[in-house]
Amino acid sequence: MEGWGGIGVMMAVAIGFGISSVILSQFLGPSNPTPEKEAPYECGVPPVGDARERQSVKFYLVAMIFLLFDIEVAFLYPWAMALRDLGWFGLAQITVFILILLVGYIYIWRKGVLDWGPESDPDYHVAKVLGPSVVKRYRYGTGN
Amino acid sequence: MGTSAFDAVIPVICVTLAGLVVLLAESFRKKQERMPLGGLALIGLIGAVIACVLLWDRNATSFGMVTADNYALFVNLIILTVGILTVVFSQHTVERDGLPAGEYYALLLFAIVGMMLMVQATDLLLVFLALETMSIAVYVLTGIRFNDARGTEAAFKYFLLGAFASAFLLYGIAFLFGVTGTTSLDGIGTVVAAQSMSGNPMILAAIALLIVGFGFKVGVVPFHQWSPDAYEGAPALVTGFMSTGVKAAAMAAFARIFLSSLEPMITDWAPVLWGVAAITMILGTVVGVAQTNLKRMLAYSSIAHAGYLLVGIVAGNEVGKAAILFYLAAYALTNVAGFAIIGLLGTKAAPNDDLRDYAGLWHTHPALAGLMTIVLLSLGGFPPTAGFIAKWYIFSAAVGSGYYWLAIIGFLSSVVSVFFYLRIVVMMFMTERDARPVPLPVAASAMAGLAVTVAAILYLGILPSRVIDLAAASISTVF
Amino acid sequence: MGSDQLLFVGFGALALLGALAVVAQPNPVYSVIALIVSFFGLSGLYVLLESPFVAVVQIIIYAGAIMVLFLFVVMLLNATREDGSEWDRAHPYYRPGPMRLGAVLAVLFGVQMIWALTRTVGLGVGVGETRPAVESVRDVGRVLFTDYMFAFEVTSILILAAMVGAVVLARRREE
Repeated sequence: MEGWGGIGVMMAVAIGFGISSVILSQFLGPSNPTPEKEAPYECGVPPVGDARERQSVKFYLVAMIFLLFDIEVAFLYPWAMALRDLGWFGLAQITVFILILLVGYIYIWRKGVLDWGPESDPDYHVAKVLGPSVVKRYRYGTGN
Repeated sequence: MGTSAFDAVIPVICVTLAGLVVLLAESFRKKQERMPLGGLALIGLIGAVIACVLLWDRNATSFGMVTADNYALFVNLIILTVGILTVVFSQHTVERDGLPAGEYYALLLFAIVGMMLMVQATDLLLVFLALETMSIAVYVLTGIRFNDARGTEAAFKYFLLGAFASAFLLYGIAFLFGVTGTTSLDGIGTVVAAQSMSGNPMILAAIALLIVGFGFKVGVVPFHQWSPDAYEGAPALVTGFMSTGVKAAAMAAFARIFLSSLEPMITDWAPVLWGVAAITMILGTVVGVAQTNLKRMLAYSSIAHAGYLLVGIVAGNEVGKAAILFYLAAYALTNVAGFAIIGLLGTKAAPNDDLRDYAGLWHTHPALAGLMTIVLLSLGGFPPTAGFIAKWYIFSAAVGSGYYWLAIIGFLSSVVSVFFYLRIVVMMFMTERDARPVPLPVAASAMAGLAVTVAAILYLGILPSRVIDLAAASISTVF
Repeated sequence: MGSDQLLFVGFGALALLGALAVVAQPNPVYSVIALIVSFFGLSGLYVLLESPFVAVVQIIIYAGAIMVLFLFVVMLLNATREDGSEWDRAHPYYRPGPMRLGAVLAVLFGVQMIWALTRTVGLGVGVGETRPAVESVRDVGRVLFTDYMFAFEVTSILILAAMVGAVVLARRREE
């Protein structure tokens, strides 16, 4: 438990700052609500419909891929700390590890998981010829 | 061939490399371009088989947590055979059903990597990692059919319950580590043997949690609920793969942990497994009789078979240990062939897996009907098939250890099970279908693979002594 | 009570209350946030156990990446409330069967575990080989890349299988 005091202080300051600014603004800030101010902010345009739309599955995919590469990076940290003790053998191990995951990276890249927007969909260009209603269907990624 | 630090993992490396190559090939495949991905997978698997054969009797170990003793090699050969057969049967159906070929073969290979490592692991940490690798790949394979509600539901159920079971297993491993201070199987065995652990609640909790975790993967009652749904929803070839490969790997790891490290505690866990085995055999058989869907019926049949396998572990004697290995081999061949026939006869649109769909199969596919008959007879335990010898061997092991009741329950439940296997046979040969469907074309390679498998089933049934000797010899060197 | 014990009780309570909040209220987004709180409590416990690496990984991977994933899944399902609203207002005792059975099993399991753990205190467990403490991140690195190097490499296969699985299951249409 040595040396955690600084981190404790930092956490306390961070949490304290967050809480105190919310509370202080309650008391100090002028409160003058109008219906426009109460409305959710949507780029200055009047909000239409519920903000809770169904999200495209692409977000989920990106989050999943992020998680997996996050785990990969977490393994690099202890390796970097023990770099001098492990020497070339450690480097060889981490290289194999990264090469195996590189195959995964190439796979998701080539499969277009990292591409974003409707243009990345091969069917989009077909749909564009067919008409706007079809394009709309593809844009929201719920094509069936 | 000299020895090196990597010897014990060479088979696994072969399969891993094949998986990586398949994945890379799939990445650079152009749309509509056809690639011999199944062939690549086969090369890796056959390379692993050769490596396993070369490693025989050498007792290689690598990295302090992987062993290539004959026991592991025997089970790995079973798993690799299952893999090879699955790839051969899949060649045609993957294309027919529009499955994503690259991903299908890559996941199949990664699952096999997990299975093989699970069998070879001598450290609980590696057992767990291997189990997860296998499980994740198999969950995805279960739901690999696109836009298939049944398959997705099956994958989801399997995944949720499987993740839960993994947590139990991990918790059990943590307790074992807490008691013994090590995750290595040898280390645990030494500590457990050196000190009287009987009645220590911590290790009892660990054993209970391990039984739950492995019981789920093996599919024994009361941890079986996922298997009928998962087996029914998955593509039939995947079902064949997971009902044999997963079961063989989990059973082998289960037996290794319980019969070597936890052997001193046998008086504590044998009664529990006795009860589980008995109820598994009874329930698997009785509920199986009531099924009208062939895949569900075979799912319950494989639950019952897990019960027979547990009898071997409970018996725990030399005969029982060898019987487990022989039974695994016989069961794997039989079940892979059975599900392959279902897979060849059904498509995604028309699964054809109801009992009624098999009426009059003799008239449309005489060869498949004949092969299916032998498979069903082997599952039921008729001579002269592999199933008969395997069951006889297991029951004699139980009798040898004084578990008469277990042997009687097993015998009675296999008599009952004969009813539902024969019902299919009668359906195929004796009934006619009003509207006979257009017979699906069946690939020649798949037919050849099936014929070889069924020939092996008959070989194990008629001339079992060679394989039994091999099984007995391979396990006696280990525990 | 020493300061260590005080911290243990504090972090333990944080973890437990967070976990309770995950299951006890119906809004999935709040559940995710509560789970983050719970993870911070766990992270504190890991610090008390002198394993800073696990504590940091707990925050980076669990509270960070996995919670982002959970939030996306909640948004993907567009579930503003848990399902089964028809018996949301019912007393838990009158809700359908499986839930009650699960609760009974969970309580039984908890009782069993508490019994086992309290019985074990006097038995002198941890009797196996004693290994040198693995404390600093550097120690973790040294052990991970020597004793457990094979397990480490297997992890990459595990991650790769998960990656392929995620892409396969989430793909939208056949090409």
